[in-house]
Amino acid sequence: MFPVLKAASYVLMHTPDMVLNNGTTQTTERIVNPESEYLKKVNENLRPFEEIVSYPPNQCYIGNITPEELATYEMPWYDKAIEGATAHGKKGEIFEEDVFLAFIKASDSFDLVLLEKDFTESVRPKLEAYPGLNAKASTLPAGIELEKITTEIQNRGAEPLLYKGEVVGCVKRAHDIDVNLNAHVIFENLVVKASGMIAMERLFVLNNIDPASIDYVIECSEEACGDMNQRGGGNFAKALAEMTNCVNATGSDTRGFCAAPTHALIEAAALVKSGVYKNVVVAAGGATAKLGMNGKDHVKKGMPILEDCVAGFALLVSENDGEHPILRTDLVGGHTVGTGSSPQNVMSSLITKALDKGGLKITDIDKYSVEMQNPDITKPAGAGDVPQANYKMIAALGVMRKDLERTQLNSFVEKHGMVGWAPTQGHIPSGVPYCGFAIDDIMSGKIHRAMIVGKGSLFLGRMTNLFDGVSIVVENNPGIQVEEGSVSKEEIRKMVAEAMSNFAASLNQ
Amino acid sequence: MDLENQRRVLDLTNEYGAENVIVVLGAAEGEAAGLAAETVTAGDPTFAGPLAGVQLGLRVYHCCEPEFKNEVDSEIYDEQIGMMEMVLDVDDIISEMSAIRDEFTKY
Repeated sequence: MFPVLKAASYVLMHTPDMVLNNGTTQTTERIVNPESEYLKKVNENLRPFEEIVSYPPNQCYIGNITPEELATYEMPWYDKAIEGATAHGKKGEIFEEDVFLAFIKASDSFDLVLLEKDFTESVRPKLEAYPGLNAKASTLPAGIELEKITTEIQNRGAEPLLYKGEVVGCVKRAHDIDVNLNAHVIFENLVVKASGMIAMERLFVLNNIDPASIDYVIECSEEACGDMNQRGGGNFAKALAEMTNCVNATGSDTRGFCAAPTHALIEAAALVKSGVYKNVVVAAGGATAKLGMNGKDHVKKGMPILEDCVAGFALLVSENDGEHPILRTDLVGGHTVGTGSSPQNVMSSLITKALDKGGLKITDIDKYSVEMQNPDITKPAGAGDVPQANYKMIAALGVMRKDLERTQLNSFVEKHGMVGWAPTQGHIPSGVPYCGFAIDDIMSGKIHRAMIVGKGSLFLGRMTNLFDGVSIVVENNPGIQVEEGSVSKEEIRKMVAEAMSNFAASLNQ
Repeated sequence: MDLENQRRVLDLTNEYGAENVIVVLGAAEGEAAGLAAETVTAGDPTFAGPLAGVQLGLRVYHCCEPEFKNEVDSEIYDEQIGMMEMVLDVDDIISEMSAIRDEFTKY
């Protein structure tokens, strides 16, 4: 039996202070051009929390509006607001920066995060709203004096934590000389842990899932944790499981740049299909390095800096319940070493390789979930509309395979595609943002079948020039069917009854 | 154009001479193609990389331009680029590329 895609959650952390202090576009600028006009304009181009909440793509990310509803808003979207929008989503939540800093402290297992005492008291009650965090995480220790924090930052290389431009805490280094445990790395890793942790917490709470039922967690973000002897040793997954009371779970980290979430989804499906585990969570935290990545272009065009949120997500893959959409582990595509790098080879390996295994046409997939990057962010930066470009390529592939006519190219894009809504946090927009909607759309009968496609730019790691990507088909659950050659419960009952009566008869003889 | 590629273009040009180098681009948009073309002709417009202020004036073409397409095996072209050609706004790319070449290419 195929495993099912049971639930999904999506979270956003509004982190305007981290845009300036931790986004690599800004930190690089500070090194090469400290007096730059751009750096002076960063703060005045940051959005307040209310605008983050009412921003249509963010409402789509947390599940309050569908991609179809988002498409009804005329672009650009940054000057549009959804009336009455709330930070609480059907599938997740948007958090203010002070709450996120509390999550960072809550996820600190080694006393590396220091928060100022008044700030601590102001955020302490806010943690109570998240019952899925473990008891230790939801009880913040008392904060400390600001002077001690300043001393750590000035004398011991601690990374400052800011809120509304003021220092309210810091992340200390975890070792004197180990670069993999310096304050910067620990900070980035705690951001992953805190955002991944709250994505899992929301997954469990919003969907009434008992964390004790989880057997395994796969974390698939783009950071690495470890020390100087094992730089990417791991294990974020186990840390997330610990924070969210998954007492019966272990886990491991999967990496593959932006393709990692789809790799992890396929791995989770395989683990459940094989019977190794019954419930596997795929989760990821976000990256501060990518905050404000296209900020220079946004500012140049008089726009707000739109990459102002750290994101996270979590998915649950479970054994077949006869209801939720099934993950077709027999319809998996992937870019292999021998595929080559031309766009049509890449697209064929990802799209048609999976379809061919099931004798399906390109038009048999109702919705393709590709790199669902928000075009409001990418278009002004000259990177175009990423989902749109992907849909055009899939359509062109369909024309080359004669699955559709050339004249149907645009209508295919319209019908089988979607507008992008996910923040440009690398792995976050890749394939998985639609999983939550896919569950709803397939279960309501709106669509029959979707394909989740993840792609990754491996060359950035300088170990291979190869491209990478994988895909998997998700479709409606036909219900649990008794497999041919197997025995039904009724038959077993009959056999047992017969054996018992034969046994009784033998006793009477 | 990323800094590493700028370095490679500069190194190859120094090694083989600007008159012997042709740059072939595969950018997905006219604007991006134009920026890369400008970088290898008039210099890096962002003033961030090794080609900042370096006017190489190289010959530069996009792989969907007829000058390149007519020089290569049409079967291989179809196999490698045919699909993308269907997707891209080729006219826009040609107009961006021609404008840059007319203004800055020295060879």
